[in-house]
Amino acid sequence: MQHTTQTAPHETSHEHHHEDLGFWRTYVFSTDHKIIGIQYAVTSLAFLFFGFCLMLAMRWQIAYPGQEIPVVGKMLEAILGDTAKGGIMSPDLYNVFGAMHGTIMVFLAVVPLAFAGFGNYVVPLQIGAIDMAFPRINMASYWSFFLGCVIMFFSFFIPGGAAQGGWTSYSPLATTIPTDGQTYWLIGMVLLITSSLLGSVNFIATIIQLRAPGMTWMRMPFFVWAQFVTAFLLLLAFPPLEAAGIMQLMDKVFHTSFFLPTGLMVGGQVADISGGGSPLLWQHLFWFLAHPEVYVLILPAIGIVGEIVANNTRKSIWGYRSLVYSVLAIGFIAFIVWAHHMYLTGMGTKISAFFQTTTMIISIPSVIILTCLFISLWGGSIRFNTPMLFALAFLPMFGLGGLTGLPLGFSFADLHLHDTYYVIAHFHYIVAPGTIFALFAGVYYWYPKATGRKMNEFWGKVHFWVSFIAMNLIFQPMFAQGMAGMHRRMYDGGATYAGVLDPESGEVVGLNSFIISLNKGITHAAFLMAVAQLPFIINFFYSMFKGEKVDDNPWKATTLEWQTPTPPPHGNFTKEIVVYRGPYDYSLPGAKDDYTPQTEPNHK
Amino acid sequence: MDVPYTTKPRPDTGLYNAKLGIWLFLASEVMLFGALFSSYILLRVNALEGTWPHGLLNIPIGTFNTFVLISSSVTVVMAWASLKLGQFNRFKMYMGITILCALAFMVIKSIEYKDKFTHYEVWFNDPAKPSIRGHIEVPGIEGNPWFMTHKKLADKKIESIKIHPDPKPKLASAKQEHGGAEAHDGHEHGDHPPVQEIKTSEIKRLSAFVPAHSTYFAIYFTLTALHALHVMGGAAVMFYLWGPGAKMWKTDPERFTNRIEVSGLFWHFVDLVWIFLFPVLYLL
Repeated sequence: MQHTTQTAPHETSHEHHHEDLGFWRTYVFSTDHKIIGIQYAVTSLAFLFFGFCLMLAMRWQIAYPGQEIPVVGKMLEAILGDTAKGGIMSPDLYNVFGAMHGTIMVFLAVVPLAFAGFGNYVVPLQIGAIDMAFPRINMASYWSFFLGCVIMFFSFFIPGGAAQGGWTSYSPLATTIPTDGQTYWLIGMVLLITSSLLGSVNFIATIIQLRAPGMTWMRMPFFVWAQFVTAFLLLLAFPPLEAAGIMQLMDKVFHTSFFLPTGLMVGGQVADISGGGSPLLWQHLFWFLAHPEVYVLILPAIGIVGEIVANNTRKSIWGYRSLVYSVLAIGFIAFIVWAHHMYLTGMGTKISAFFQTTTMIISIPSVIILTCLFISLWGGSIRFNTPMLFALAFLPMFGLGGLTGLPLGFSFADLHLHDTYYVIAHFHYIVAPGTIFALFAGVYYWYPKATGRKMNEFWGKVHFWVSFIAMNLIFQPMFAQGMAGMHRRMYDGGATYAGVLDPESGEVVGLNSFIISLNKGITHAAFLMAVAQLPFIINFFYSMFKGEKVDDNPWKATTLEWQTPTPPPHGNFTKEIVVYRGPYDYSLPGAKDDYTPQTEPNHK
Repeated sequence: MDVPYTTKPRPDTGLYNAKLGIWLFLASEVMLFGALFSSYILLRVNALEGTWPHGLLNIPIGTFNTFVLISSSVTVVMAWASLKLGQFNRFKMYMGITILCALAFMVIKSIEYKDKFTHYEVWFNDPAKPSIRGHIEVPGIEGNPWFMTHKKLADKKIESIKIHPDPKPKLASAKQEHGGAEAHDGHEHGDHPPVQEIKTSEIKRLSAFVPAHSTYFAIYFTLTALHALHVMGGAAVMFYLWGPGAKMWKTDPERFTNRIEVSGLFWHFVDLVWIFLFPVLYLL
């Protein structure tokens, strides 16, 4: 209680909570899944913004190579020193930002927000549990994640800066860069992997053990199914990356040669190592995680969209069982497609053919999911509120991202498209206007449950429309750039290769000026995108205190999280929860309202 | 308002929460060690002729350690069974033996490690000259140096070192009868080749049997050190349950018994990993 008296002034606006745990145990070292969910969400939203800012600085360099970065250039020089001399981004700094943009967006922003943030807050509520199965392990999971974040962030400021080897950290490149950034990256990753291990064990145990009476498997909301499969992916796919991380750390710190081949040349000299390692081994272990990771990014998002579509079409989701089985199928097949990232490594045509086949097979359940969600719209009386707009935009954007992935899945088409901007456009369509839009939808949708207030609808819609337009202006032109052969890692945006002439025919064989000029348009759209986030950020904080007050079930939804007081107390439910029906009983004939909660008994 | 099924099993799954949790955790552990074993296979299959050392580990000591760990797996079950029978004192004894076995394993392992840190291989600039394994003498350093490398020799401007080469096994068959005589330090067995003086200018690489020596020792140390961390983690938990944590027996005996069961499951897994590690690293 001593702590409470010292820190209470910051928290005077909060009402005193039911169980008197004091400030630190209620809000900081909390074991309550709702607080932990919010901690995850806030931390990861902050990193989402940070990762986005890194990209903005890179986009400036691509569009205007060698020019001082506006606004923040001088600040970067003051903080980072020579790598940003004169406010200009050096190649090294570009590599740092590039590697960390990917790392932060995947491991520190989207996954923790989608899986840990929403999952922690919503899953126990939706299955009628009072908390997660292991509350203290849940807390340990967050703090392990937080420590990993701190190490990743801190690594920007060490001499030489953060990791430069790309988010994929391919050896030998990542191992032989003579700075300590990669070491920090690896230590950070081990902590993040520990966190996700603890989280996934907790989620699976919770969903299996703590469902309320009557909550059978086929009465679970689709979001819970998505999280359940995601947890299995994290549980089983992350450990091989942890193994790989440990081995790369050994290479870096104890000078082993796990991923360093015999006769490796570094800086024009034969490296002083034992040799005998395999660079391909790293790629296999990395992608064994990183491909399932794509589904970790996308499945919770699909789950959120499913909830919001059912709620705002006021009818049951179409093909609930197909959705469930498709998600399960994805969960299994996700483990045998990883090497489609490695067609160009020379692993052999037979292996390529195998992974090409499995890659095509996994697109089938993905298409089933998208089709079910589209058909769910048919004949619905759709409410176009902010969460629904984001959810609706998710469908075609995710579709576009998925379809443009097919050429990459064919090993012969991949010969041309590999490592070009086409790849960037493809996976960003999946993750940015796909997953991140779904996450925004989730934030707008569950915000009233967590705070008791709604976010402003008008500014929500401004946020949506400007983001939607800017997203497409950013990523559409990249398809064209990629098909023209523009490489994804050039730090001057391809200027070096602009208008290169064939000495014999005199024709342009390098990138033509139109393709290069698209860089400027993309950068301007990215700045528009940044502006579009301001209404969201202001709305998010403003609505906490001044937003419209709402009742316990503002969206008139059927699932259990809306059957609790708002915000839910410690222990979640004030009454005994018994489930009598499936998750989406909207507009039942003869019912008194157009929604029938899962707790409503059947009246004959 | 507590989380349900912390002690009693949920009827439809037949499991209490912690038991499900530990099985899930072990599934993840299987993937972790599975990835490392797969890496071992890939590195070994791809190794160039003559770069994968054989017979450098001490098989009798490794066998003894395997025996120690298997014994501890038996006693941890006895500890749990004692609690099921309500015999708390027998639990204390069996759990105590388990923890002692864990400690014995660690002590033996660290003796093996120390042995490797002071045992060297020298490769020469002349590719025709085969490498020599043995113990070294470095001028200016008392006794057997730890972790010496050719870089350190160059930094200290040492011009020559002495090496006591390992004894060569007399015959291939004799080696098998002795259970890998090379594995011993070799002070008793075999013929001692004469001590050689080597100029540092002739040395291409000098390395103790540390991770940087070869991919074989890299994977050996990675796997055994990760396993040792698991041994220490398991021993720490069991020590807590043996000591201060045992108070729960008085207040909630069923839950305490469950805790012993869960820690026992983990302990079996740690043993199982070693049962794979031993043949893979020592015998094959």
